[in-house]
Amino acid sequence: MGDLSIENLHVGFPSREGIVRAVDGINLSINSGEIVGLVGESGSGKSVTCNSILQLLPSPPARFGAGKIDWSGKNLLSQTEPSLQKIRGKEISMIFQDPMSSLNPYMTVLDQVAEPLVIHKICDWAEAKIKAKEILQKVGVTHVLKHPHSYPHEYSGGMRQRAMIAMALITKPNLLLADEPTTALDVTVQAKVLKILKELCLDLQVSVLFVSHDLGLVAELADRVVVMYRGKVVEENETQSIFRNPQHPYVKALIACRPTLESPKDYLPTVEDFMGETVEIQPSSSVHTLPKKNLDRSLPLLEAKKLVVQFHTDEGPLLAVDHVDLSIEYGKTLGLVGESGSGKTTLGRSILHLIKPTEGEIRFQGKIIGTDSFAKRNSLRKSMQIIFQDPYASLNPRLTIEQTLVEPMIVHQIGKSKNERLEKAIALLHEVGLGEEHLYRYPHEFSGGQRQRICVARALTTEPEFIVCDECVSAMDVSVQAQVLNLLKSLQRSRGLTYLFISHDLSVVKFMSDHIAVMQNGRVIENGPAEQIYNQPKESYTRKLIDAIPRANRSLNLTF
Amino acid sequence: MSTPTSSSLGKDAWDRLLANKMAMASLILLLLISILCMLGPVLSSHSFDQQNLDEVFQAPSFAHPFGTDNLGRDLFARTTYGGRISLLVGLLATLVSLLIGVTYGMVSGYAGGRLDAWMMRFVDVLYSLPFIIFVILLMVLFGRNFLLLFLAIGAVEWLTMARITRAQTLSLKRAEFIEAARALGYSHSRILFRHLLPNLIGPIIIYATLTVPAVMLLEAALSFLGLGVQAPMSSWGSLIQEGAEKMDAAPWLLLFPGSFFCLTLFALNFIGDGLRDALDPKHSKN
Amino acid sequence: MTKVIFSRFLQALPTLWVIATVTFFMTRFAPGGPFDSEKAIPEEIKIKLQSHFGLDRPLFDQYLLYLKNLLQGDLGPSFKYPEWNVSELIATAFPVSLTLGALSLTIALLLGIPVGMIAALKRNTWMDYLPMSLTMAGICLPTFVLGPFLIYGLSTQLGLFPPLGWYGPSDWFLPSLTLGLFYAAYIARLTRAGMLETLQQEYIKTAKAKGATPWRILTKHAARGGLLPVMTFLGPAFAGLISGSFVIESIFFIPGLGKFFVTAAFNRDYTMVLGTVLFYATLIIFLNLFVDLVQAWLDPKSRQSK
Repeated sequence: MGDLSIENLHVGFPSREGIVRAVDGINLSINSGEIVGLVGESGSGKSVTCNSILQLLPSPPARFGAGKIDWSGKNLLSQTEPSLQKIRGKEISMIFQDPMSSLNPYMTVLDQVAEPLVIHKICDWAEAKIKAKEILQKVGVTHVLKHPHSYPHEYSGGMRQRAMIAMALITKPNLLLADEPTTALDVTVQAKVLKILKELCLDLQVSVLFVSHDLGLVAELADRVVVMYRGKVVEENETQSIFRNPQHPYVKALIACRPTLESPKDYLPTVEDFMGETVEIQPSSSVHTLPKKNLDRSLPLLEAKKLVVQFHTDEGPLLAVDHVDLSIEYGKTLGLVGESGSGKTTLGRSILHLIKPTEGEIRFQGKIIGTDSFAKRNSLRKSMQIIFQDPYASLNPRLTIEQTLVEPMIVHQIGKSKNERLEKAIALLHEVGLGEEHLYRYPHEFSGGQRQRICVARALTTEPEFIVCDECVSAMDVSVQAQVLNLLKSLQRSRGLTYLFISHDLSVVKFMSDHIAVMQNGRVIENGPAEQIYNQPKESYTRKLIDAIPRANRSLNLTF
Repeated sequence: MSTPTSSSLGKDAWDRLLANKMAMASLILLLLISILCMLGPVLSSHSFDQQNLDEVFQAPSFAHPFGTDNLGRDLFARTTYGGRISLLVGLLATLVSLLIGVTYGMVSGYAGGRLDAWMMRFVDVLYSLPFIIFVILLMVLFGRNFLLLFLAIGAVEWLTMARITRAQTLSLKRAEFIEAARALGYSHSRILFRHLLPNLIGPIIIYATLTVPAVMLLEAALSFLGLGVQAPMSSWGSLIQEGAEKMDAAPWLLLFPGSFFCLTLFALNFIGDGLRDALDPKHSKN
Repeated sequence: MTKVIFSRFLQALPTLWVIATVTFFMTRFAPGGPFDSEKAIPEEIKIKLQSHFGLDRPLFDQYLLYLKNLLQGDLGPSFKYPEWNVSELIATAFPVSLTLGALSLTIALLLGIPVGMIAALKRNTWMDYLPMSLTMAGICLPTFVLGPFLIYGLSTQLGLFPPLGWYGPSDWFLPSLTLGLFYAAYIARLTRAGMLETLQQEYIKTAKAKGATPWRILTKHAARGGLLPVMTFLGPAFAGLISGSFVIESIFFIPGLGKFFVTAAFNRDYTMVLGTVLFYATLIIFLNLFVDLVQAWLDPKSRQSK
């Protein structure tokens, strides 16, 4: 009954440079009862493929080529809207990535979950609501039973996603399309939601197409894995086989460039290493000739004692950072890991005084900071810098790269002439693996990875000793992530930098850090050398975080 | 990326604007009307207030391209002269509202917290009151004064500008490049003027373009009610009022000033829409 | 919900007080104002003013007296027509304006919302371009241009409707249409913009994936979010209808509050002008409260206390 077969699918989008082939002739099939994982990075075409099945892409601008999508004998690409409407939500259902924006904020959760039954005339509203309550209970959204008139914004991300799953499966469809359903969720929540999804689908005998950028995650669920790259399918195999015996260099690269818990500490292989492409100029080995200052290295570079950051919200005072102690040695990296709401971002910013700490003491190079004049604080800013998460928002869109890099030098009076500053800017660009020709361009002309490098270069203009990396690789594809992480590591070596590396991704944190602090609800609940945290975690929350990592992402040696 | 020449966001926007035919046509129309109004009173052989009781209510002719009114005054001269006044009031009042509104909104948004809350509450209170009532009140109490007229109008229109500027400032403030600027130790004034303001210019220009017609409408309504510019000065509003009264006898008296007025508003609105589409492609019709 | 109503009401009171106070001080100190001692005022008015405003008492007492009178709804005698109280005048004129306003708003909503919705659904087709060009013309064609034209066309030439006055229901049509069309244009544009924005939201895609028909998506899923901008506009719309009424009542010779206000302004009937301003201010504050309630009903997220 539920067999989907995609044959020779071509999807293109018009752009200034002509037609961009998002999906360039792919074949994919899903058999009854199977869970198939579709993996690829941004631009691979996986999302476009998934959305094409139910014809949810607005067309125009999407253009479809010759191929077909076969479902129970019908070609979905040539069906009329009314007949597609009969299939959507009844035979094939779909869940999406962001449950906050994918649920209607003006309808109650119960109504939304019950609606598919009414749309497809399976039963009336009263009965539909009863069934909705049943399935919501099954997925663990029990709040709705006592509060049937509650709205999506009253629930957490995980609960909303469970409601979405309930909504998609209430009609017992044959096939479920899941487009990155757990990407927006915290790691522990992700694990739970994935478990519910798998159980329910097996129970109801629903086949699944699970789209994700995370190969390891997909391995948890899928029987078969299909890997896409630049619009084409590069490899397809059973899950175990793909990991044990990858054929295509891109797949090998994808597997190798993830920082797993066991990665070598110095360098992550990148896609370029495997595919033999030199896409980027390699970062030049440092021509750094900064005279090393006479610093007392017996003290930690940065210390925080009983740091408190309190916010005033509508519901009362909120302790974002709750009496935190930390210290970081020269040239080392302290990793700060936690889920959303843990306070890690607030902590990072309060150390830099971008958010004013409510209480507590911060020492930099042994001296207390934060209580000084603006001028003194400003000179301190030269030594402590930050790189942010979103490379698209981190650069002023109206300034050229040259202006962005030179401005800090002007403000802090680095370099005595215009030429000197320009030379320094060029040197910095080389150091992060970019070239002189990039100087006079604007941010929107660069990719995410390149922009992040520019942000790194900007952070380096004032010759800082300490840099806070605030989720600076979280918004990236795994292959770009590897490049940036390698860059950060090499800069640490050549310049003797000290990092506070903040992330929700344990594997990345472990790769980067010497020591790790685990945060939950504003408190540091565990703190120790990186190896120890992973191999002998003391707190149950830490253990939960580690267990939530998909097994395939924990180790390079994949026998599971 | 290997584009041979870099393209700034401004250039992209300019290209989009040039491609928008309606906006371009409107721009040309606006220029034509403006030139006509500037030169009209000079070129015309009649003065705008020259009465000629032998030639009342004459239909458009060669001697009087737009006809004459009840006092024999040439309508072409009056319309173009009135245009000067209307356009002048529109521009000046918009400028006033721009200066006040942008400064207010930027400061309020950047400062945040309680200062912002109070400043905005003030705006909210004023916003819900019909402007025309206040302008009338001011006119009644302080007499009718041309300077006061456009100051009053400008002072009333700044509210929308302030709101929009503040909204933009708030969303920009959260953008990480502003935080990066703070982390790099830039002073507040540097951040405000080098980083915030250039990114605000887009919406400001759009709303300024859309404020001009709103201001002109307000002035025209006041003049129509007889509370705006005083005779013998005339603006399109007062001309329309005269024309409306004499509609049965001489429809051209309403037709010409009315058309000029409406076409100007039309053009300004289209240019404003075009700017909006050019500066933010997501808003465009495609 | 009731908590929200109550708190908004409390917030409104200080605003009213501020307006009353500002008006008081403005009139006392305005040059050439009514209390300028050099002005020659007829005896009867002078007596009435004296007693009503307590002009021989210290300023602060006058202020208290003023407030006390206000709370009792006493706005003083009209300057121009001393036999009448301002409150009485307002009471006769306001119902007329209210009818005009209500009719205009109804026309505006009944025309504007459907037109905007259709334009949004049939984007970039003639069913979008035509109405939107018309609405653009609508907002550029002020009521004082449109009104006379309508009178000329529909009344003088075609003899369909009486041009002036406000004697019976047949008089209501032209003025309401003139005012209503202008706001219909605004509302149509806002509806279109709001619907387009809503239709691009992720949750509309979800609804489509559930197999909902376009009609269902439009009415059950998109309507609430899409109409929110229109509801927000109601506040300024009320303000606009009030100011619009001045012009309309002048054109069509309707004895409404707007006409009274403008005439009073010409006649420098200070008590009438000020009394009307206060009345309008109070009216608008309550209208805005109503709009807030409508918004809270439509948007569950805003129901939480602010």
